[in-house]
Amino acid sequence: MIEIKDVTKLYKVKGKEIVGVKNVSLTIDKGEIFGIVGYSGAGKSSLLRCLNLLEKPTSGEIKIDGIPITELGKKELREERLKIGMIFQHFYLISAKTVFENIAFALKAAGKTKEEISSKTNELLKMVGLENQKDQYPSQLSGGQKQRVGIARALANDPKVLLCDEATSALDPNTTKSILSLLKSINKKLGITIVLITHEMEVVKEICHRMAIMQDGEIIESGDVYNIFANPEKELTKTFISSVIQMDLPEPLLKNRKGTVIKIQFKGAIAEEAVVSELFQNFRVKGNILHGKIEYIQETPLGIFIMELVGEEAEVKRAISYIESRIENLEVVKQVA
Amino acid sequence: MLDSILNILPDLNKAFFETLYMVAISLGVSLVVGLPLGIILFVTDKGLLFENAWIKQIAGILVNLIRSVPFIILLVALLPLTQLITGTTIGPTAASVSLSVAAIPFFARLVETSLREIDKGVIEAAVAVGATPWMIIREVLLPEAKPGIVQAITVTAISLLGYSAMAGIVGGGGIGDFAIRFGYYRYDNTIMLTTVILLIVIVQLMQVIGDGAAKAVNKR
Repeated sequence: MIEIKDVTKLYKVKGKEIVGVKNVSLTIDKGEIFGIVGYSGAGKSSLLRCLNLLEKPTSGEIKIDGIPITELGKKELREERLKIGMIFQHFYLISAKTVFENIAFALKAAGKTKEEISSKTNELLKMVGLENQKDQYPSQLSGGQKQRVGIARALANDPKVLLCDEATSALDPNTTKSILSLLKSINKKLGITIVLITHEMEVVKEICHRMAIMQDGEIIESGDVYNIFANPEKELTKTFISSVIQMDLPEPLLKNRKGTVIKIQFKGAIAEEAVVSELFQNFRVKGNILHGKIEYIQETPLGIFIMELVGEEAEVKRAISYIESRIENLEVVKQVA
Repeated sequence: MLDSILNILPDLNKAFFETLYMVAISLGVSLVVGLPLGIILFVTDKGLLFENAWIKQIAGILVNLIRSVPFIILLVALLPLTQLITGTTIGPTAASVSLSVAAIPFFARLVETSLREIDKGVIEAAVAVGATPWMIIREVLLPEAKPGIVQAITVTAISLLGYSAMAGIVGGGGIGDFAIRFGYYRYDNTIMLTTVILLIVIVQLMQVIGDGAAKAVNKR
């Protein structure tokens, strides 16, 4: 478990103080994948780097499994870092070392013997699927392969926590998918807590359990990924979500609608029920679906539909209140003209 | 013409080995002292492994001080030190002292520059892994800077070859000294040309070997 308490990080640039992270308190549970989202400059990278003290918080406390890492001496901190893996957007492999040597480096840092290093490195190579590349140099690898080496290096000393600093931002969509599924399987198999920062909502949607959104150094919203996708509160959160779930209708199309246009959102189990078909059986209204989508977030469906209801005004109103009784989320996009 | 070349051959041969001797000794010393000095200049910098403004300042000033003195003056100024170390102020061994002193800060700066070219993120990743600073120097900084360091050795060796010519001023011997004494002062163009061609060949050879070595160790 990672406990972040009142962490603030200030930078001094040319005598001016710049806020990196501002009073952030956050608890990340053991074994979960936690995503921190924000635009660049929001402070998410600073916050992540505070977790293994690549940057020392100006104030506040960070505990990992009860160990106050902000209080540790140099030597204890080094030992603690063995237990906190980290991967980076630009991989940061040692270019003069082979794939094998890059991974072995982390084990050497932990003072392992030659035999231990050799067997563990081979095991890690197998896990990330790079057995055939072990004697190649990083320059000979693709981006995805480099990140796999990075992951193997980060996992070398069986860490409790894996920090991912924009780990997929430099990769193409397909490679991103494969790296994400690798992270997911690592999380499941090894029970490692993963903290990742990203500006890609897709990444969070794909693998995170919980998330936080950062703006100007502060966490403005946090919680379960599904809930945030279903009920975003802050403007920025909505903007981020709309980057993944596009539900805009073309302006002319909306203009020409004669009926009432509503947007309904089905969450969880209700998405599997036949609310819409019941609606048309029970009320004398005609429906016309303009837009619809079911997203699966952590295997739970989130359905969003934009529908035009045509019929007598009173009947439409009754129909709408029926939907409202079944579904929490209904938004009237356009009233009948 | 061939005759005059044949005549000077034994002397030229001696001069050649004197030069080789001087360059080898001073190159060796500058590597042994300059490499650690270059590393110190780098790792004591702000935000790095052994951030230390004092050491950085002192080492930096010392290096600049020596580098700003013209070699010819350094050569003379260091005569007492040379006497102290080698027991003489004449000959290639004596000349090697001032050559070494001049080459150390030169090489150290080149080492520092090649270390600076390493992506800071790579160092950071090693820190995040939990490696000790010593391990990072040995296993990250040096291997990553290796191509640059090899180039630095080449440049230093070639510069030393040039400087070694000046060693003739204090009776240091070597090809440069030979060229000045026999070629320049006696207006013997054949000797002049022969020695210059020899120097060109040596420089070319050093460059080719250095470039080859740098390429061989470069995995980027």
